[in-house]
Amino acid sequence: MHQTFDAALEINLLHANQEGADHNRAHFDDWGITCFNVMSSPGAGKTALLERTLAALTHDLTIAVIEGDMTTELDADRLRQYGVPVIAINTGRSCHLDSKMVSGGIHRLAHEYNPAEFDLVFVENVGNLVCPAEFEVGEHAKVALLSITEGDDKPLKYPVMFQEADCLLLTKMDLAPHLDIDVEQIVANVRQINTHVPILPVSAKTGAGLEDWFHWVRAQVHLRQSQPSLSGVL
Amino acid sequence: MHETDMTKALILTVRDWWLSQPERPQISQIHLIVGQFTCVEPASLQFAFEVQTRDTFLAGAKLVIQETPLIAFCHCCQQEYRPEIGIRYACPSCGSPMDDIRSGRELKIDRIEYAAQPAPATVES
Ligand SMILES: Nc1nc2c(ncn2[C@@H]2O[C@H](COP(=O)(O)OP(=O)(O)O)[C@@H](O)[C@H]2O)c(=O)[nH]1
Ligand SMILES: [Mg+2]
Ligand SMILES: [Zn+2]
Repeated sequence: MHQTFDAALEINLLHANQEGADHNRAHFDDWGITCFNVMSSPGAGKTALLERTLAALTHDLTIAVIEGDMTTELDADRLRQYGVPVIAINTGRSCHLDSKMVSGGIHRLAHEYNPAEFDLVFVENVGNLVCPAEFEVGEHAKVALLSITEGDDKPLKYPVMFQEADCLLLTKMDLAPHLDIDVEQIVANVRQINTHVPILPVSAKTGAGLEDWFHWVRAQVHLRQSQPSLSGVL
Repeated sequence: MHETDMTKALILTVRDWWLSQPERPQISQIHLIVGQFTCVEPASLQFAFEVQTRDTFLAGAKLVIQETPLIAFCHCCQQEYRPEIGIRYACPSCGSPMDDIRSGRELKIDRIEYAAQPAPATVES
């Protein structure tokens, strides 16, 4: 018989991913870039929101997109129309982006452009409400989208995403009159798990509410540019 | 399934440890702590682990998963409570939002059990 030994490791399961995320964030900080990780279930309107955002903000901010949620090649082309670099990431069969994939994207961006010229990078994550919340990619803030067509119970069913979110957009508000949905109830459910996240109702179709979102984005970028040592949101 | 990626991450971390051991011991058990307020489903993790460790240095090793419950602390009531995942997270006594999680977010490799024997090939005949 042989003896059994024990080694205490006490290491986070996602240790390697976390290290990669910190590495990515250090690059962003060096270059003075603010990075947002944009997450939602499939079809909640991430690409539509980015289109609107690029149309409105490219006048005063230099923006790039790391696209990890390509239903088709057209998604990236839709965004390229706004004259910004769109780095498409092949996620294979993965249901989320991890820090290594995004690192590949960042290095491509740095290779093809002068990264110090950018103010802002949007990472569009794979459409999924479960996993992306656990895998940091090096972002300064997590932006979650919940379309009001998805039902008011989603924040309760997928709490980690809504708890981790630094900004939450309720999308497709233009559809509210056609739906049997209680927007107040969505907000109340989110508030059970996240007391402070800004909740912004928007419509990428009509443009309603988007000014508040643009305001939040600009404030985050300015905050980080005025205090370069800052990491994470305040 | 992201448990596949979680398992990959787990195996890589354990492998680093194993390679750092001069005698490359035979690992018999890996103990994980997985909180209930994470995106990880223990059964899927267990399954992915079995599939991915076949024919590796971890073949035959057992994954032991200890789940930790979601426990929050209500600052109004000055007491802990157990939110009902998927149903209600606010404090059952006063309705305050869940804003201080005391347990349930863990995703940790706690410890590894291994035999004193080195690789089977070098054992006495
Ligand atoms: N009515 C309405 N439809 C929207 C809105 N935003 C997106 N959509 C539609 O929802 C579908 C999915 O949008 P998309 O941006 O591709 O979602 P993604 O998968 O999260 O990137 C498309 O058919 C969009 O036209 C909105 O604000 N209102
Ligand atoms: Mg998209
Ligand atoms: Zn209470």
